[in-house]
Amino acid sequence: MAEAARKGRGGRTLSAARLFKFHGGVHLEGHKDIATARPIQVAGVPSRLVLPLNQHVGGPAEALVAEGDKVLRGQPIGRPTGYVGAGVHASSSGTVIAIRDHPVPHPSGLTAPCVVIQTDGEDRSWDGYDPLSNYRTLNGPALRARVREAGLVGLGGAAFPTAVKLSAGSGLKALILNGAECEPYICCDDMLLRERASEVIAGAQALLHALEIERCVIAIEDDKPEALTALNAALEQEADPRLRVVVVPCLYPEGGEKQLIQVLTGEEVPASGVPPDIGYLVHNVGTAAAVARAVLQGEPLISRIVTVTGSGVARPGNVEVRLGTPVADVIDACGGYTEDARHLIMGGGMMGFPLASAEVPVIKATNCLLIATEADIRPRQPALPCIRCGECAVACPAHLLPQQLYWHARSENLDAATETGLFDCIECGSCDVVCPSNIPLTSYFRFAKAEVFARERERVSSDLARERFEAREQRLAAEAEAKRAKTEARKKALKKAGEDSSTRKAMIDDVVARSKARKADASGDKGSS
Amino acid sequence: MALPATHPPHVRPKTSVTRVMGEVVAALIPATAVYVWFFGPGLLLNMAVAVAVAVASEIAVLRLRGRDAGASLKDLSAVVTAVLLAFALPPLTPWYVTAIGSLFAIVFAKQLYGGLGYNPFNPAMAGYVVLLISFPAELTRWLPAVHAGLESGYVDFGTTLAYFVSGALPAGVSWDAIGGATPLDDLKTRLSVAETISEIRAAPLYGDFGGKGWEWVSNAVALGGVWLLFRKVIRWHIPVGVLAGLTFPATVAYLLDPGSHPSPGFHLFSGATMLAAFFIATDPVSAATSPLGRLIYGFGIGLLTFVIRSWGGYPDGVAFAVLLMNMAVPTIDRYTRPRIFGHVS
Ligand code: SF4
Ligand code: SF4
Repeated sequence: MAEAARKGRGGRTLSAARLFKFHGGVHLEGHKDIATARPIQVAGVPSRLVLPLNQHVGGPAEALVAEGDKVLRGQPIGRPTGYVGAGVHASSSGTVIAIRDHPVPHPSGLTAPCVVIQTDGEDRSWDGYDPLSNYRTLNGPALRARVREAGLVGLGGAAFPTAVKLSAGSGLKALILNGAECEPYICCDDMLLRERASEVIAGAQALLHALEIERCVIAIEDDKPEALTALNAALEQEADPRLRVVVVPCLYPEGGEKQLIQVLTGEEVPASGVPPDIGYLVHNVGTAAAVARAVLQGEPLISRIVTVTGSGVARPGNVEVRLGTPVADVIDACGGYTEDARHLIMGGGMMGFPLASAEVPVIKATNCLLIATEADIRPRQPALPCIRCGECAVACPAHLLPQQLYWHARSENLDAATETGLFDCIECGSCDVVCPSNIPLTSYFRFAKAEVFARERERVSSDLARERFEAREQRLAAEAEAKRAKTEARKKALKKAGEDSSTRKAMIDDVVARSKARKADASGDKGSS
Repeated sequence: MALPATHPPHVRPKTSVTRVMGEVVAALIPATAVYVWFFGPGLLLNMAVAVAVAVASEIAVLRLRGRDAGASLKDLSAVVTAVLLAFALPPLTPWYVTAIGSLFAIVFAKQLYGGLGYNPFNPAMAGYVVLLISFPAELTRWLPAVHAGLESGYVDFGTTLAYFVSGALPAGVSWDAIGGATPLDDLKTRLSVAETISEIRAAPLYGDFGGKGWEWVSNAVALGGVWLLFRKVIRWHIPVGVLAGLTFPATVAYLLDPGSHPSPGFHLFSGATMLAAFFIATDPVSAATSPLGRLIYGFGIGLLTFVIRSWGGYPDGVAFAVLLMNMAVPTIDRYTRPRIFGHVS
């Protein structure tokens, strides 16, 4: 079926001439100019790097180094376990001083295993990966292997291993590079396109080669004219007919891959499916640039561009940061906090989550650090009852009825919530932003999802417990049965021996002796028995 | 740096219930002005009483329920209910009639169901219907429009106030002298004595579409409604549903039997049609929620209004139509859920 869908349509779409709409969405203030005023700044090497072994979707990498090991920049320090996974590389040279749990950027403030490197300031490079400037002579799988080696994951924030995505199969209609960047405050892709458009294009070409397809669309929102100009100029130079830029109207959450595909093609990714099911593959433009570096320069993923923004930081801007750099160092590099800084958020204004401390490191998914003041993020007003205005449903890109979902989530009617689309909610926050009653809808949905997972776990473990219980019951019943049979046999023996008094006496003596022995045994329990 | 938790999204709504309700009240200002121009200041007195009683009873009930009355009043929903109720009443209405309607709307139709957001029935219409049943005489005494080329002048303010305060006209003034039926009322009466539409419409009471004066009030209401649409305070589905639900059967009836059915234009610009389409049926709390559901809900109101006007016992049917469709809302909601993104059905 998926195969048919891929072959079916596709030719008529994917052009600037014909765009489609996704349901809902909200127009938001971009706040992008806070950080686009300055060129990308390259941050220095921090004295300490903290590299979590799990910075991606999938299982954690397995450490390849031990405490005390010397490492070089670009050297693998963690290797992927399992198919869905990604390796980790040292982002500068130095000594591994610990492999231990350390706070990591995570909504729940988790700690997780990290490799901690004391840098030596020399930043000596490892030369394990050759540049593959002749990659056109390689086949797709060989190229994909390089992408995997380089530890690449999606840099748009989702951090899904790139190589896994690239193995989507053959016969895709097109590669879509996502430069929509619709979320407030985030502008790292915008700056990347402005300054390094040719890198993105080189990455796109490598990706096309790896996928063995001939078509790539680079989508960019219409609020980024500078990036568009730079991209067009670079494209003109390259004159690659396989690549095309499509400008899409700015609307949140257009950068969501399913929404972007719908805007470009009019097609919907099935709820339980992924874009390749309908013939498309979406990568972030930043990922494409990282692919170019991995392939053409043999450079694994050891740094990324991070937007450091908000009124709470003295010199907002975009910074190329080595992975593992503590957030505090990045903020220092941007002039430190302003006096009224109140919130530290990883991600943008809609989906970013608060960080528990600035000690956590920058990881592959860190696209933005938002240091906000009270004026940037006003305290929430108290919620009023839902007035059923339906604005949330108008705004919901998943085409849900958030007010109904809220009703179920609030009353913890999880079955009804699931049935009305709880797990189709992408937590984009659009419903919150339009709600006149100020209801924290998205928080309710996150909570309800967590609750469903928790109950599922509970159910699984209670199933286990029930199975164990039943096994025990069975065993006890069997034992009881055995005991009964034994007593029965003894009774019979006793009866048979009834006539002969001496045999009987001997048997009684025997029982008494045994019971005495048992008692002695029980009291000596704690001793040597 | 303090790190108080903020949960995504960190962008706050630009709108509020206060804004929504406030804009609804503001959108009625042109209609209020036109109404007062044609029918005198009685409406303003009715509004004053209705609002005062609505606010007072909301405070009282919330206090009894141990809630924060201030926060609730700020949302202005009680004011909207009161203003809509006042609009539905004749310009000359004794204060206690208005007060009872307002009290019923807030206490019984709204707060006893749980307050804002929980009332299944449109409170203003519930209050109105209670009055229609309890005070049938008071609610059917209307005034003719002045400044409309009719042989009538303002009922002077003294008379208005006297009736408003005491519920009786001053000595020497009679309803026969000052009163005048609404076009819908007049039409119904005359149809019942076998006059034809063309004969009826030739009477001076009637204007281009509806009744003289009345049609201008309708225009002003519609103007306010368009403003609400433009401001996205309301969406188009309910108004379009109501207007279509009325126009469709009215057109069919008019084409089949123009002698006993007024034109669809008359229906649209008479009585409370526009008020229902843009201000009453659009009360979100008691309406259906999904776009398709709202179209159906609105259409039902239009259709029922037509049925009641044509064959029912009341000249206008808006209030009953709204309340009846309120009852259908849970069913409509159940069957009009949109298809979720990425799902087949
Ligand atoms: S957070 Fe969920 S329910 Fe709300 S708009 Fe986004 S997808 Fe819809
Ligand atoms: S936007 Fe808010 S008030 Fe309106 S229906 Fe949705 S949850 Fe209710």
